[in-house]
Amino acid sequence: MAHGTGNSLRTGIAVFVALLLLTAVTVLVSYVDLGLWNAVVALLIASVKASLVALFFMHLKGESRLVWGFALVPIVFLALILLGTLSDTMLR
Amino acid sequence: MSGHTGEHADPAVAFESAKLGVWTFLATEVLLFGALFTAYTVFRMKYPEMFRAEHAKLDRVLGAVNTVVLITSSLMVVLGVDAIKRGKARLLEAYFGATILLAGVFLCVKYAEYAAKFHHGIYPRTNLFFSIYFMLTGLHGIHVLLGMGLLSYVIVLSRRGRLSASYHTPAEMSGLYWHFVDLVWIYLFPLLYLIG
Repeated sequence: MAHGTGNSLRTGIAVFVALLLLTAVTVLVSYVDLGLWNAVVALLIASVKASLVALFFMHLKGESRLVWGFALVPIVFLALILLGTLSDTMLR
Repeated sequence: MSGHTGEHADPAVAFESAKLGVWTFLATEVLLFGALFTAYTVFRMKYPEMFRAEHAKLDRVLGAVNTVVLITSSLMVVLGVDAIKRGKARLLEAYFGATILLAGVFLCVKYAEYAAKFHHGIYPRTNLFFSIYFMLTGLHGIHVLLGMGLLSYVIVLSRRGRLSASYHTPAEMSGLYWHFVDLVWIYLFPLLYLIG
């Protein structure tokens, strides 16, 4: 990210508004019974929100490949842990 | 610790390595919370009815309020870091002060929620759902407390005139950490309060 401030301020506020809207949507959807889809929608919205925070608030958008690596590798490991654990507990 | 900011000949290199250090730390944090998320997933799949019944005992309005509080606190950090990039130290202190205040609000709401649960005889030992609930929100609460300490330290540095438009690494790094604390809550809120 360059040192530009006017633009980064506007982006910050836009991301903030988007996060508030997505929070409202996820709460409203939780009152509707969609069965399993409730979990899917809630996790999808949470992931969009988390991506917004990481990309813009944490500046991941303008970062080098090295920083992206440090951000993504733990997520891959978390997926491995989840998959490994579930393949054990669900198939036993 | 202090007075060693000149160790690197190139301040840009110093900034990059500080940033990489924080991201490395955050990687370990993902896995720390990840272990508990894994426990949550395993037990939710094993006892879906119990999780469904127990999660309804949480107040999703309070959870939503705290989500808004944390998102707003993150915006305050963004505004604070932007201020010091323009050399406005007093403005940075005001915004980071607002972040600490909002963090305090978050913890007060959390305290009220815990108190209500205890009042109804719900404790960490009550069942698996509440074991995980108290572990996850408790661990997250400790991170909020640590964040308040970090942000206070940045305010102290700024008051001593140590931060400027050309050097604001501590503000930026504690900001990264704070956004991560917000990010963890973004997942905790739907997982614990919303999904039935």
